[in-house]
Amino acid sequence: MNIPSPILTLLVGIFVTIASLWYGQNNGLMPVAASQEAELVDGLFSTMITIGFGLFLLVEGALLVAVFRFRRKDGDEGDGEHLEGNIPLEIVWTAIPAVVVLGISIYSFDIYTRMGGLELMKHDMGGPGKMVEVAYAADAVPGSSTSALGELPLEGDLLESDLSEGELISEAGLGAPVEMADSALSINVQGLQYAFIFNYPDGIVDGELHIPVDEPVELKLNAQDVLHAFWLPEFRVKQDMIPGQETRLVINAIREGTYPVVCAELCGPYHGGMRTQLIVHSAEDYAAWVDERMAALDNGEVIASLPTPAADKTDAEYLETFVDPLQLAIAPESLTALRSE
Amino acid sequence: MQGSINTAEGTLNLAQEENAAVSHHEEHPDHRLFGVLVFLCAESMLFLGLFIAYITFRLVATEWPPAGTPELEVLLPGINSLILISSSFVIHKADTAVKNNNVGGVKTWFAVTIVMGTIFLLGQGYEYANLEFSLKDNLFASTFYVLTGFHGLHVFLGLLLMGAVLWRARVPGHYSSENHFGIEAVELYWHFVDVIWIILFILLYLW
Amino acid sequence: MLLGNERKWTDYFTFCTDHKVIGIQYLVTAFFFYLIGGALATAMRTELATPAPDVVTPDVYNGLLTLHGTVMLFLWIVPAGAGLANYLIPLMIGARDMAFPRLNAIAFWMIPPSGILLISSFFYEPPQAGWTSYPPLSLTTGMLGEGIWILSVLLGGTASILGGLNFLVTILKMRVPSMPLTKMPLFCWAMIATSLLILISTPVLAGALILLAFDLIAGTAFFNPTGGGNPVVYQHMFWFYSHPAVYIFVLPLFGAISEVVSVHARKPIFGYRAIAYSSIVISFLGLIVWAHHMFTSGTPPWLRMFFMITTMVIAVPTGIKVFGWVATLWRGKIAFTSAMLFALGFISLFLIGGISGVMLAAVPFDIHVHDTYFVVAHFHYVLFGASVFGIFMAVYHWFPKMTGRMMNEFWGKVHFALSFIGMNLTFMPMHELGLRGMNRRIALYDPQFTDLNVIATIGAYVMAVSTIPFLINAVWSWRYGEKAPANPWRALTLEWQTLSPPHIENFEELPELITGPYDYGLGYTAERDPEELYAHAVPAPAS
Repeated sequence: MNIPSPILTLLVGIFVTIASLWYGQNNGLMPVAASQEAELVDGLFSTMITIGFGLFLLVEGALLVAVFRFRRKDGDEGDGEHLEGNIPLEIVWTAIPAVVVLGISIYSFDIYTRMGGLELMKHDMGGPGKMVEVAYAADAVPGSSTSALGELPLEGDLLESDLSEGELISEAGLGAPVEMADSALSINVQGLQYAFIFNYPDGIVDGELHIPVDEPVELKLNAQDVLHAFWLPEFRVKQDMIPGQETRLVINAIREGTYPVVCAELCGPYHGGMRTQLIVHSAEDYAAWVDERMAALDNGEVIASLPTPAADKTDAEYLETFVDPLQLAIAPESLTALRSE
Repeated sequence: MQGSINTAEGTLNLAQEENAAVSHHEEHPDHRLFGVLVFLCAESMLFLGLFIAYITFRLVATEWPPAGTPELEVLLPGINSLILISSSFVIHKADTAVKNNNVGGVKTWFAVTIVMGTIFLLGQGYEYANLEFSLKDNLFASTFYVLTGFHGLHVFLGLLLMGAVLWRARVPGHYSSENHFGIEAVELYWHFVDVIWIILFILLYLW
Repeated sequence: MLLGNERKWTDYFTFCTDHKVIGIQYLVTAFFFYLIGGALATAMRTELATPAPDVVTPDVYNGLLTLHGTVMLFLWIVPAGAGLANYLIPLMIGARDMAFPRLNAIAFWMIPPSGILLISSFFYEPPQAGWTSYPPLSLTTGMLGEGIWILSVLLGGTASILGGLNFLVTILKMRVPSMPLTKMPLFCWAMIATSLLILISTPVLAGALILLAFDLIAGTAFFNPTGGGNPVVYQHMFWFYSHPAVYIFVLPLFGAISEVVSVHARKPIFGYRAIAYSSIVISFLGLIVWAHHMFTSGTPPWLRMFFMITTMVIAVPTGIKVFGWVATLWRGKIAFTSAMLFALGFISLFLIGGISGVMLAAVPFDIHVHDTYFVVAHFHYVLFGASVFGIFMAVYHWFPKMTGRMMNEFWGKVHFALSFIGMNLTFMPMHELGLRGMNRRIALYDPQFTDLNVIATIGAYVMAVSTIPFLINAVWSWRYGEKAPANPWRALTLEWQTLSPPHIENFEELPELITGPYDYGLGYTAERDPEELYAHAVPAPAS
């Protein structure tokens, strides 16, 4: 076989391109995309996996070819060619990765902006009693020397937003700000060892997250004891829950269904059991669920969907509840504390 | 081979004769002072980390110092600082002295520096005893005690090092204008401790 | 002057200031801890073979994962890198010892107590907050275990700083006069970069741990929100060390592989200057990327963007290295020694870790996979695929120099095959697990992830088994292996221009630089065996 090398290079190039484009689209690695954010992230993911897979094929291919073509013959004590480098080639393989990573950076930046990552939200502190500690609050004060970061649109946003007293900017989180319309749903999420407690408007408290589809929902995240992280794999969003500092997420569900809610920050032995589920309802179903919960509330029930550890259960039996990860798990003492509140 | 006294093809043999004359046990030049310098750079990163932690705590806090923290007195610590800073000049006298082979002068100046350092530590002890807040009261109090305490520990270590130099200097000929690494190293360390204090003083008392 | 090169075995248990003894002390101690860390990992994978926490209780599991991380990083990879550096730097630059031999011995002797302390904590009350030890969790899992963890890491960190200081001064000041920086072996360049990182970043970790210790023991509230503290500040201080630490773990091996590929492919390293300077660039950039570990913590958006870009840029100098190694192999005369196999494994596995690293730098994607098995897969491809493969590669390559005996190549290849298969079986499925929704550091998991976890567990057993041929090979070869000539690989760097093992003071006469470190293909063949050069220096019995 004697194929001229430019043609061979071309063939290899075409093969690598096709293979990586195919793999980028058909890797099937990500779970269902159930939110607008998820679709954005998946676009970024397939771009990166396409490039990454191509690079993988090229470098591993070169290695394999080298290994087979350039192995030392038995008894050959000679040296290879004295080739110390090739400046144009080195410039090329410095420049191409540089361009690629800058491209990915810009693309990520765009995705991040569209996910609302750079949107700062005016956050009502809700009176002096409920002080919210915000990391780097000094940076948030317009005109302070540390806030200058010319290239990013952040500064412009900051200067435009008029901060009145009693308002702080909650910088940690993700999601376009929900316009403070009455219809926007805002849910307080409390993380504690080892459960999430969801506080809905109108006093509904639940151990599962119920939201309507096709509507932005704001989640205000707090932690009671240690760090937790609120992760919705099918929504591709995650945010740490930090004691003493409220963080937030805005999610836009686009697909009805039941999805896991996972704690992603080591929070103690039963960290793996700190899971619950997210149920995305149609608008009507959601209204029905709210009505049902309001009715239950009138009947004096406080928290639904929490497992009740019976007094006669042994520790081992109690642990079994963790085997089914979708079952809400909560340490007995925390539960007792919650109920007595 | 990269080295070897081999005469392979195309050798660029340099100054072989000269090299062969060097004996095996040549003393390598003394790099200890350079080592001390590098170590102090690393040590300053430790303090830098603590300073930045303090600055961050302060910037993040809604109120600083936290409500109810009594005002820090500046006069006494200010005098104390002046004593510590001037001791840097005093210890430099010892360096000049040893370079003139005046070991007696070294002893005197080191002794004076030790006295000044001790006054500083006593002053700080006095301040601790009279402060109206304790370690666990709030974030400001904690950082105050940890930062000054950690610095105090360094001062104390410096005093011990100076004591060691004085102890060694009692042997005639131990230090000379040629051989005085210990004196230079301690001086360098002492300057470092002073610079750290200046930054600390600005951060904790004046800012 | 007669110079012996025999050491009594008892010398290795003493406070010896010979850099070669210290190097081997480091390597053997580190390997001992590798076995412990590996046993911990195997226990974890056994637990994860099923979704339920049925083998160990979840709190024991958290102890296992904390100790596994800490032991592997601070007691295996860092000391192993320090061991190689100790052994090789003076030999490579033509010095008789390190700049500060006594300090060197002191640094080493901090490692065993640090390790023994840490391991002993497991039998009483293991630290349970992960090797990151984030407060407030780390303040709640037991004061004794956490206190021991802090003390142990501080000891290890101090040892590391003293080691780094020694490496830097030695390389900068003790080279033979005829060796300019640009004629140094690349391993020395990598160690300059590593030492700078150690010196700049490790003290900051010490600062964080001191404050954490106050929180833990004295009850202050630097990082405890209930007292007004800020846990995120700890994360910044921790990662200011621990991201550069990744380069501290891997840069020495980047240096080592540059030696190995060149020698075993008998070709000059491709792009010496680019590879040398990229180490320095990596160490500089490595200092300004730490917050990419905190994209989901309470970090402001502009900070996320800044750290995303700096992290991405690191791919460029890293890529230069990888391409340089591949180009070195191209058109070489590749010998399939065990060292070369491990080098090939290193490049191919590190490539995967590097690609997933760039992906992780992209903030929106990182938000999804942060703290999942995708991250676990990524850093094991870097830390196992590059660092551990690199350490084994270095051992196969320099074993003849260190012991005067050759290692058995057949068992070396078995070791490589088992490690490579086990490594990929274990960590490749973790990418998918993380993407699909499996979070890390959990003793109990969603049953839908069982299949891939079983594969990973099988892979872990293969890796565990892979250590056995190595261990037997190393011990057997040390005692009975074929006698090694001074320069079995016909390499050009200075460490091969002396006896195997070297004289107690390294060189009978300080060598004169004739060639560059990688001048293969110019006819500098070993016409005379270096052994002959020293034939008149009959090894004297150790005194």
